[in-house]
Amino acid sequence: MSSSTDTQGTGAYAPALESPRSPYRRGKPTRSNWELHGWLFMRMSGVLLLVMVFGHLWVNMVAGEGINQVDWSFVAGKWSSPFWQTWDLIMLWLAQLHGTNGVRTIINDYAERDATRFWLKMALYTATLVVLVLGTLVIFTFDPCMDPASTLEVCRTGSAG
Amino acid sequence: MAGEKEPGTRSATGEEGGEGIATSGAAPSSDYDHAGKGGASPRQEKGTDGAGGIPSFDVTMRLRRYNPELDTEPHWENYTVTMYGTDRVLDALSKIKAEIDGTLTFRRSCAHGICGSDAMRVNGRNRLACKTLLKDLDISKPVVVEPIKGLPVEKDLVVDMEPFFAAYREVMPFLITRGAEPTRERVQSQPDRERFDDTTKCILCAACTSSCPVFWTDGQYFGPAAIVNAHRFIFDSRDQGSDLRLEILNDREGVWRCRTIFNCSEACPRGIQITKAIAEVKQALIARKL
Repeated sequence: MSSSTDTQGTGAYAPALESPRSPYRRGKPTRSNWELHGWLFMRMSGVLLLVMVFGHLWVNMVAGEGINQVDWSFVAGKWSSPFWQTWDLIMLWLAQLHGTNGVRTIINDYAERDATRFWLKMALYTATLVVLVLGTLVIFTFDPCMDPASTLEVCRTGSAG
Repeated sequence: MAGEKEPGTRSATGEEGGEGIATSGAAPSSDYDHAGKGGASPRQEKGTDGAGGIPSFDVTMRLRRYNPELDTEPHWENYTVTMYGTDRVLDALSKIKAEIDGTLTFRRSCAHGICGSDAMRVNGRNRLACKTLLKDLDISKPVVVEPIKGLPVEKDLVVDMEPFFAAYREVMPFLITRGAEPTRERVQSQPDRERFDDTTKCILCAACTSSCPVFWTDGQYFGPAAIVNAHRFIFDSRDQGSDLRLEILNDREGVWRCRTIFNCSEACPRGIQITKAIAEVKQALIARKL
């Protein structure tokens, strides 16, 4: 049997295996708690976000006059209070990092080649950075009187004085 | 129970062949009738020629075949065989190998669900071929049998288990103790033993690891089986190497890659609560750090 198989084999031997894998070699152990902290962060930020997002939705959409009240002056009014500034800042950072970590996990799970994985993650981190910086800047440097025709209380007293 | 008693009755009336079987089995309900006939299968070979034997049926087995010396790609092959109500998927494979195509290749050792050699994907689910009765499957359609996924196929239903065992070895699946040898046995209370009882049942068949989508895309992931076997020692009161094992499973390819989708728990032929075991290792890691 062996001889006949061998002669056959040398002719049509195909080394390709289904789902081939490079030999088993484990990456260097990092001995860091990065993944542990990432996992914990996902759970904790998730719980916090539930409270914050629904609080945000309630205050904007339901409380007071409801959805019709949302306009420039409404946002300006909210951001003149340090409480809402802090709320929105925390919500921005938690949501952005939570989402980034989730997408990082998905990239790790689905990207097959190392280069693909690296560049996808670089794109992800760049986008995260842009959103975080921009968002934080807007929250802290927001000027309610940017519009010269503003009829807001703060702006009128400001121009009068 | 009733089925086990049957052969005894049968041997007494064995000379009468099929007639005897029919009378002894027909008295109670028809369900009982099936059970009685099932027990009669060894008798058949003694010349009763299947008369009044167990119900038989034709079943089409759709097998994923791959011969590395001839094929470039795996392909499907259908085989129709006549099987009996007592037969398992493994019996159908053996019959195909014996009667139709001797080149069919698969692993089996004990054939009784203990050795863990014959894990394969039957109708899209990882099972042991020796623990899956054909009559429990939908035999009106072909029974689809493939090698388990995520490990390189060597031939037909045989995969290269080395990556699986390498991950197993890495969690150090042996008792680690410090200090001098004790002069008497290492005593363990029953509750302490109970703590890790579930994970001692693992037979390393790879049904769980090869059902895990994270393992499919990333062979570096330790996989459920390695974590189960680490769990078995991490929660063993006599073992002192838990820190080492936890450190290994804390890394990038460790327990944090688990997505808690329960594929492994569903696939386990021993009914080990694998996802729960993985969650317990996660808990132990967090408790250790905080």
